[in-house]
Amino acid sequence: MVAISAPASARPIHPLYAILLAFPLPLFLGALLSDLAYRSSFQIQWFNFSSWLIAGALVGSGFALLWALVALIRGGRGRGKGAVLSFLGLLAMWVLGFVNALVHAKDAFAIMPEALYLSAIATLLAFVAAWAGYSAHHTRETA
Amino acid sequence: MMRAIILAGVAALSLTACDDDPTSHQGGAAPNLPAPHRGLLPDMTIPRPAVWGNDRPTVPQGYRIDAIATDLRIPRQTLVLPNGDILVTEGTGGQAAPRLNPKAFIAGIIKSWGRTSVPGGNRLTLLRDADGDGTYESRSIFAENLNGPYGLALINDVLYVANQDALVRFDYRPGQTAASGPPVLVTNLPSAINHHWTKSMTASPDGRFLYVGIGSNSNITERGMEVELDRAMVWQIDPATGAHRPYATGLRNPTALTIQPGTGQLWAVANERDEIGPDLVPDYLTSVREGGFYGWPYSYWGQNVDTRAQPQNPERVAAAIRPDYALGAHVAALGVSFSNPAMGAAFADGAFVGQHGSWNRDTPVGYRVVFVPFRDGRPAGSPIDFVSGFLNGDGNARGRPVGVSVDPRGALIVADDLSNTVWRITANR
Repeated sequence: MVAISAPASARPIHPLYAILLAFPLPLFLGALLSDLAYRSSFQIQWFNFSSWLIAGALVGSGFALLWALVALIRGGRGRGKGAVLSFLGLLAMWVLGFVNALVHAKDAFAIMPEALYLSAIATLLAFVAAWAGYSAHHTRETA
Repeated sequence: MMRAIILAGVAALSLTACDDDPTSHQGGAAPNLPAPHRGLLPDMTIPRPAVWGNDRPTVPQGYRIDAIATDLRIPRQTLVLPNGDILVTEGTGGQAAPRLNPKAFIAGIIKSWGRTSVPGGNRLTLLRDADGDGTYESRSIFAENLNGPYGLALINDVLYVANQDALVRFDYRPGQTAASGPPVLVTNLPSAINHHWTKSMTASPDGRFLYVGIGSNSNITERGMEVELDRAMVWQIDPATGAHRPYATGLRNPTALTIQPGTGQLWAVANERDEIGPDLVPDYLTSVREGGFYGWPYSYWGQNVDTRAQPQNPERVAAAIRPDYALGAHVAALGVSFSNPAMGAAFADGAFVGQHGSWNRDTPVGYRVVFVPFRDGRPAGSPIDFVSGFLNGDGNARGRPVGVSVDPRGALIVADDLSNTVWRITANR
């Protein structure tokens, strides 16, 4: 393996951070799909699903954000551009997701159309943050 | 939210200073209706419970106010019996309303800040002033183990109580201080979820029917349209059989019903929807037309469409009746009773309205009992403060008026569910 030739930077991602970083993408994606289902069916249960999925995404990614921040501050080896990008992506996603949670605290169809846009952008940012976060470690390892 | 609370506190102080009434432009038959607006956070100011000490609510010159019962367990509505005894419903309901989203959990905590910590009595208390000196010297528990009792009506020798889930009756003999037996079921009332649990009630003048007000199961259909079946309406019930039919619909939360003396017309106060701005939608006082539709959820104050309620129903919107008289948004009207000449010349013709007070608005409104003057059987003129001063100088609430009843002998009875008091206002003699 190539990794053998670069032992110093071959630090695998911490399992706990990996688990936390895995939260937001599926949950925000689920919220987006639920929002779409609510918009087309007016069935309030989709709205409820969406609210809880966003809440879950915020809790999981909140800890991930904290982790990424601490890692950045501590610096050291294996914390390159990818980690910074991942942190910024997570931060933007979390702020947007929080606004989305507030929008989802409106009643019934008052959440439309903002809820859809916010869920879509949060999903996109979750994708970017996760991709950058996992790549940061992966690229180092195989460099 | 803290910022909102602080700002509201400042605003409240400046209001006391200049004695401006933020709702004055909102009253009457043609209220000013601004465009709907809701920011990212809803406007909220919860006046916290405070104590009366030696203070008393403010009443007009020439009137006095007395606490005729204290330490009750959440008094809601009152009924003056023919012999002058006063029945009080005490209790609380809506416990079964499920919290389905994160907002419901947070809102539940915030709203509890403005409430009494005393548990609801779920009982009827009878107050008696045997010698007519204005002191209600004896007090007894007329019935207990009820379930969220609210509306009261007496037809001949039968007392009807609207629990949050059922209409029940007791036999009643004049002078009785306790029910002679357990309540008898007349009919079940809609109680699934029970977001708005209070079941208001009055009897038709001929005693043939009872009218029961049933509130909506949401603010504006956020629990789904399906759960609004048999909600936001007034039922007409035949007390002999328990049979019912919708008498009027589209009243979001008809919290008190009463019959207008002389005309026999049914009137209601109703609480309108929240979260589209501090001055929307006005709560109202209206005559209730048989078969009438009053807009909820599709529209408000006639044909003003509420796009939050989907799918919309243009036919229903077109049919929506405009209520008679706006009381102001978020005042939370919970009591109504028509006056009579024994209340004094200035307050002889009109209706008293108890306003529990707002929580979902920066500057608190309500927290008072107003007198709406009538002329020729219709509301005419601005509401006049009859009992006020429930908010203290710090913007905290010492009491919150609920039900109001006019005693034919010339007294207004006001239930206060925060200080757990029944107040009695009379003209000085």
